[in-house]
Amino acid sequence: MILQCAVLFAFLAMGETVVYFTGIPIPSSIIGMLLLTAALKLRIVRLMWVDKVSDFLVGNLGFFFVPAGVGLMRCLGLVSEQWLPIVGASVVSTFIIIAVTGWVHQFVRRVGSSHHRVGESVE
Amino acid sequence: MEFLTNKIFLIALTFIVFLVSRLLQRRTGIVFLNPILISIVVLIVVLSCFGIDYEMYREGGDYIEFWLKPAVVALGVPLYRQLENIRKQLLPLLLAELAGCVVGIVSVVLVAEFLGATKEIVLSLAPKAVTTPIAMEISTAMGGIPSLTAAVVVCTGIFGGMAGFRMVKMSHIKSPIATGLSIGTAAHAVGTAAVMEERGQRCGAFSSLGLTLNGLFTALLAPLILSWLGYAV
Repeated sequence: MILQCAVLFAFLAMGETVVYFTGIPIPSSIIGMLLLTAALKLRIVRLMWVDKVSDFLVGNLGFFFVPAGVGLMRCLGLVSEQWLPIVGASVVSTFIIIAVTGWVHQFVRRVGSSHHRVGESVE
Repeated sequence: MEFLTNKIFLIALTFIVFLVSRLLQRRTGIVFLNPILISIVVLIVVLSCFGIDYEMYREGGDYIEFWLKPAVVALGVPLYRQLENIRKQLLPLLLAELAGCVVGIVSVVLVAEFLGATKEIVLSLAPKAVTTPIAMEISTAMGGIPSLTAAVVVCTGIFGGMAGFRMVKMSHIKSPIATGLSIGTAAHAVGTAAVMEERGQRCGAFSSLGLTLNGLFTALLAPLILSWLGYAV
């Protein structure tokens, strides 16, 4: 478990380092994730070094969001004043994102596979 | 009552509330009893009843929130496991993400304006589809209210995780890849957790790809899109 945590945190630290030196407006965790994927692909890191801690964290991802959600109590006043635009815009936009992302993906794949067999059915 | 504000007590309380909420959902099987949502509501009620304000709760809550960062790094593992499938259809994935990102920001801004939101609220809502750290950074940079953004992001995630599969069905999206991708795009890591649980790791990996790409695109494009919509930085 120590090895697993060491690898995971090393990649988070690398992400922090990249952000510190380049100042790019992308969170260190996202950069760490991409670096980890790349390192696994390039066989610098072996899957068995990180799989256990990763599966644990990914499997319980929702729990780590609870404190941020409790933060809602800090802006209850604002939310009760403007609940309609907040709730309305979030709900409508979530639906639109899901529909558009899914449609575009299916559409481009269909067009692509009718030209040449790129998509090699993986489903 | 002093001990109630002890951070160990608050951490234990968070674990127990989440555990019971999850048990409740597993026993009843009701989608709307989302354990994250129930935990948030129960914790807010409990804290309010005992007069513990959020700043005090944060003392303990920060220890839990801390794990969000390593957990996002950990999403690299399911992503790696699906790398081959991703490579095979890079173009459809990128185009779908780009469309989802742009449409997402534009739609939330326009609907919020239409329903009479103030400028501050609009800017707080704009990055609501992406994971909390990115969303809060964008919100801060654009002049929104970061704590409102964080809360809206979590609620959007819960909503997307609960209603996402129904929305996918209503939009006639059939492929499991498109399903994972679109829920990850709209509902970030919370939606991804739901996809992992209900549809397994393969579909979940595309969901984490969705949250990653949307996070990257939103970080890069949100300032641009908001300035087109008339919100100067």
